Amino acid sequence: MNEQLNLVQFMLQQSDKLLDQTIAHIGLTCISLLIAVTIGLPLGIWIADKKRVAWFVLGIAGILQTIPSIALLGFMIPILGIGALPAISALFLYALLPVIRNTYTGITGVDPAITESARGMGMNKWQILFNVEIPLAMPVILAGIRTATVINVGVATLAAYIAAGGLGEFIFGGIALNNTNMILAGAIPAALLAILLDFLLSLFQKANLKKMRKVSLILPVLLILFSSFYIIPYTSEKVLAGFTPEFMGREDGYLGLKSKYQLDIPTVVISDAVMYKAAFEKKLDVISGYSTDGRLKAYDLVTLEDDKTIFPPYYAAPLIRHDVLEKYPELQPVLEILSGVINDSIMTELNYRVDYQKQLPEKVALDFMLEKGLYKKPQSGAGTETVRLGSKIFAEQYILINMYKMLIEGNTKLKVVTRTGLGGTKICFDALTNNEIDMYPEYTGTGLLVILKPDKITLDPIIGNREKVFDFVQKEFSDQYKLSWLKPIGFNNAYALMMRRSQAQSLRIKTISDLKNYLSNENHQH
Amino acid sequence: MIIARNVSKKFNGINAVNDISFEVKEGQTLVFLGTSGCGKTTTLKILNRLIEPSAGEITIDGKNILSLKPEILRRGIGYVSQNNSLFPHYTVAENIAIVPNLLKWGKEKTSERANALLTQLKLPVTEYANKYPDELSGGQKQRVALARALVSDPPVLLMDEPFGALDPITRASIRKEFLELPELKSKTIVLVTHDVQEAFELGDQICLMDKGIIVQTGTPEELIFKPVNEFARNFFSHQRLQLELSALKFNSIWSSLSDASPAPTASLNSNQSLWEGMEMLSEKNEDVLIVRNSEDGSLKEISIQTIQSVYLENKRNR
Repeated sequence: MNEQLNLVQFMLQQSDKLLDQTIAHIGLTCISLLIAVTIGLPLGIWIADKKRVAWFVLGIAGILQTIPSIALLGFMIPILGIGALPAISALFLYALLPVIRNTYTGITGVDPAITESARGMGMNKWQILFNVEIPLAMPVILAGIRTATVINVGVATLAAYIAAGGLGEFIFGGIALNNTNMILAGAIPAALLAILLDFLLSLFQKANLKKMRKVSLILPVLLILFSSFYIIPYTSEKVLAGFTPEFMGREDGYLGLKSKYQLDIPTVVISDAVMYKAAFEKKLDVISGYSTDGRLKAYDLVTLEDDKTIFPPYYAAPLIRHDVLEKYPELQPVLEILSGVINDSIMTELNYRVDYQKQLPEKVALDFMLEKGLYKKPQSGAGTETVRLGSKIFAEQYILINMYKMLIEGNTKLKVVTRTGLGGTKICFDALTNNEIDMYPEYTGTGLLVILKPDKITLDPIIGNREKVFDFVQKEFSDQYKLSWLKPIGFNNAYALMMRRSQAQSLRIKTISDLKNYLSNENHQH
Repeated sequence: MIIARNVSKKFNGINAVNDISFEVKEGQTLVFLGTSGCGKTTTLKILNRLIEPSAGEITIDGKNILSLKPEILRRGIGYVSQNNSLFPHYTVAENIAIVPNLLKWGKEKTSERANALLTQLKLPVTEYANKYPDELSGGQKQRVALARALVSDPPVLLMDEPFGALDPITRASIRKEFLELPELKSKTIVLVTHDVQEAFELGDQICLMDKGIIVQTGTPEELIFKPVNEFARNFFSHQRLQLELSALKFNSIWSSLSDASPAPTASLNSNQSLWEGMEMLSEKNEDVLIVRNSEDGSLKEISIQTIQSVYLENKRNR
């Protein structure tokens, strides 16, 4: 699996998945668009006649439009769960504004002299609407539908976060796995899709005024046709797994589960932001979590023992450039103060305070430092030299980076700036090597599998062993990138399969092998 | 026959039309004349209920217009709106077929009638029936709009500034065509304009309106020679000479003209105005022209000098 595939080879190899994802993508886009047109068009027509409610309706649609797409998908989870339904609903809300606004603009833009002459000849309200106003407003309405389509093709990539499929599965998987081919395999078809649909609609729009009557018939038929591509995936399985895009593509993830455990489980792809909650709400039964995640505690989930050790150790340690250590030799001992202080359950507890109790990471870090007697007042103003700390975009990293900030400022004369919320491994790593940050906390397993990607022969003898993995990444990072791994903090934030405690207990599942056995028994009974 | 009694229309408490009454006899043309905002267009639109009156009673051929559904009423009244307002997404033929389709005519009947009208209006069917309005000139659009209003042969025709969008030259020639169109001879027509010349040419009766009321109703001759007040007098002061000459028809001064020898052919008829006579004299560069009496066929001579003296004499006698 290590040889570098080029993009075409990758797409050919993954053509089944690619086709599924593309169909799902078209389906999500077109169904939501169809609903948006079905509702937005009459609504736009209605408010065109009622100026007083127009600003209100347009205002609401406008507000919906400004909600960040991820947030909107997040709002959908508690109401509609995960899968196609919330994704389509969110996309529908996004498509609504351009459809309503352009219908409104189109209809109100029809020359009043023309509608009056229609009235003067004895046409009634409906005859005027269908024979005069809609055909004349059609180019503007179509422009709105085009806008909505392009928006929807874009936003539909995010549907992969809530188990609704689509090309986002490759895109987010690729970002997480630092796999450019995978990103492009999702992004290029998505872009082409946007261009293609926009082009098709532009043909309709160019069909001059005279053919508008035909267009208003053909368009809905086409939309329904495209929508029917997508049969909403429906599962009635007893046990449903939800894995992150990253997990799906990893040897030490879904691929390993299949090859080493022969685990055969119905699976959807989902963002880790909503995964735990979905498991708690019984939308999912098995999820791929991180063993120190605070939500483990919050949602009463248990980790399944990795009895065949497919998940490598993920010990967190500061990753820092050689030149920074040489310039500020006082940094290394300070950054290693935390070593041995935080174990798995402490980290889970700290994460829980942030993720679930909604305490600020700064506060959680400070409380902990005070409790352990590690806090010292900053030697403020003492020096002008600055170190830049980076972190990935989740609670644990926010907490750690705050602790490091306090330690550095308390024990050295250096000033600290933090760059928190760097999207993922690739972004942090590139920022570090490009001298945009000086240090960030990284995990040994990530360094091994996402950055170094050694071949199978190198990997197999070391993967299960904490020390061997650490020694390997430390040597390779030093040689290849001039980066140092400092002493690990002590907790292991590894991948783990998780289930609800109650369900795991009632099914008597403690290890991944137990889960595998349970599933194959179930299948035999069918 | 249209009879309006004490009609008023209020918009937000302001009287756009204030207690006006008028009559249009069958086959006659009534012109509402006035400046912008005088209420003339509102009055016209009340007749086919594009605007509902606040008070008053209107009957068309004895039927109260409020007793009919507005759509049904309008289908029986020809309507030419301002700026022609053809449907831009309909062909000429489709535009003309709008009212027949509303009346559920058959295809045959509709196209037969549309073709007949187009021919009458000098728009050859093969060339124009399938064109769209944006492919037509202003004058052609106006003729299509007229055909659209006339297609179902309604007894009553309402026209709101029908020639307003045209340049002065096209305007004059279309007006001439309009006067000669046999279709229009029998129609009861209500027309709105701010163009005094147009009103004098087209109107059997003119209602001069100001601030929502009718200042004076009468023939062009009555309006120009017997203004009821200062407003009416001032309204026509701008082109008085031309209007006076336009208001005077040869009929009304027939006896003052000298007989012509029976041989030559007539260039004018006695329904035409002194103004038209002068224009024709000047246009043809002739000293003398012959006018034929449209009732008994007798012939008289005119020249610039005779027109001038007859006009002055007529004015002195009033």
